[in-house]
Amino acid sequence: MTKPILTVKNLAKKYGENIIFKNISLTVNEGDTIVIIGPSGTGKSTLLRCINLLTCPDEGQIWLDDKEITAKGCNEDAVRQHIGMVFQNFLLFNHLTAIENVKLGLTKVKHMNPAEAQIKAMNELERVGLADRANHYPGQLSGGQQQRVAIARALAMDPRIMLFDEPTSALDPELIGEVLEVMRKLALEGMTMLVVTHEMGFAREVADRIVFLEKGSIVEEGTPDELFYKPKFERTREFLWKITELYGKKETEKK
Amino acid sequence: MDVGKFFQYIASGTAYTVAVTFIALPFGLIVGLLFSLLHVYGGKFSSRIMSLYSTIMRGIPPIVLLFILYFIVSGSINLSPFWAGSISLGIVSSAYQMEIIRGAILSVSSGQMMAARAIGMNKLQAIQNVILPQTLRLAIPPWSNEAAIVIKDSSLVYALGVPEILRRAQLISASTQEPFLAFTTAALIYFALVFLTNRLLDLLERKLRIPANP
Repeated sequence: MTKPILTVKNLAKKYGENIIFKNISLTVNEGDTIVIIGPSGTGKSTLLRCINLLTCPDEGQIWLDDKEITAKGCNEDAVRQHIGMVFQNFLLFNHLTAIENVKLGLTKVKHMNPAEAQIKAMNELERVGLADRANHYPGQLSGGQQQRVAIARALAMDPRIMLFDEPTSALDPELIGEVLEVMRKLALEGMTMLVVTHEMGFAREVADRIVFLEKGSIVEEGTPDELFYKPKFERTREFLWKITELYGKKETEKK
Repeated sequence: MDVGKFFQYIASGTAYTVAVTFIALPFGLIVGLLFSLLHVYGGKFSSRIMSLYSTIMRGIPPIVLLFILYFIVSGSINLSPFWAGSISLGIVSSAYQMEIIRGAILSVSSGQMMAARAIGMNKLQAIQNVILPQTLRLAIPPWSNEAAIVIKDSSLVYALGVPEILRRAQLISASTQEPFLAFTTAALIYFALVFLTNRLLDLLERKLRIPANP
């Protein structure tokens, strides 16, 4: 179980003079759920985008299953097939129904035949509890439902790892639970996940490790208990409890 | 004067008007679509070339362009006024259609491209399967406007001697001394063509509209 799926070494990204992050090193083992936390503007989203090569990192290397994906001549499109990505604002294909959204990558990228793709896509929708919404368009679904379809779309590609970029930040409080529930289930099933989120409840319960990122560098990383109760830096404790309080309030409000 | 023959003479130009439009509009659509993609996704250099093309084509009256293009086109290859005129109008229209489609591409969020790339599609697959299906739907209303303009601008080929509606109206008005009747007839036919086209495109837009909750 300790086989690394994703290894990031000394990754750096800057836009002009503005350093987004530097010296980021990270290992994600098979079946791990790693939660990345940190204040806004510390490069969490950019880090995820660099990992699946949607944004090109300036320095450093990334390996996916022993294969260096930042190497020259590496086929980015092939790499992305193996990395699932879930975005803050869902980004479903607006002109396609839920099931067509899930099917598109199967037929166009994996060249699966339409009948097989239909079955596979339906299974993925069932996995996120939305089989009954298969023929609805994104505009006819709630935010939570849209995000669950987006998760199914990513899962359908059978990725080695799933990246979640603040998957619940754009949702109404009462819709957050259903998305977290799907993610919790995935983690239990042994999916390897790298999650950027402010949901501390989820992080404490599901994360194998929490990584605290601030001002473009990793301040501290460890198990949830280590970070919440025995952090090496006072700043980590301060941030964690502030966020817990903020989002905890939201959780009591929705009840 | 035989009134039936009078109307029939002008109306028989409709075939030319429709034919010119059916060449110019699709020609402009294919070129405009290709150029809009080059403008948005082709990199800095091709984007600049496309901008220049659009600025020049849209900055000159179509009739002037028609004459210039006609003499260039018919000077290099032997083309009838009908074909030279139709293709010239198509070139003029391509610049407008390029801007229509470019605007529609830009209004489809850039996130759609990112999401398509994230599941492993290459740029071309993403454009074909995700960007264009949304873009073309958005482009129908402004495109309907451009279709009306091309139908009306098809009258300009009369200057090259193509016997379409306006040309015939002018000829018969000279021979019968009935300019009002002749040009009103022409106006009504143009109006009917434009009206019909816009209604059809409205229907198409409604049929293709993506369902959403209010």
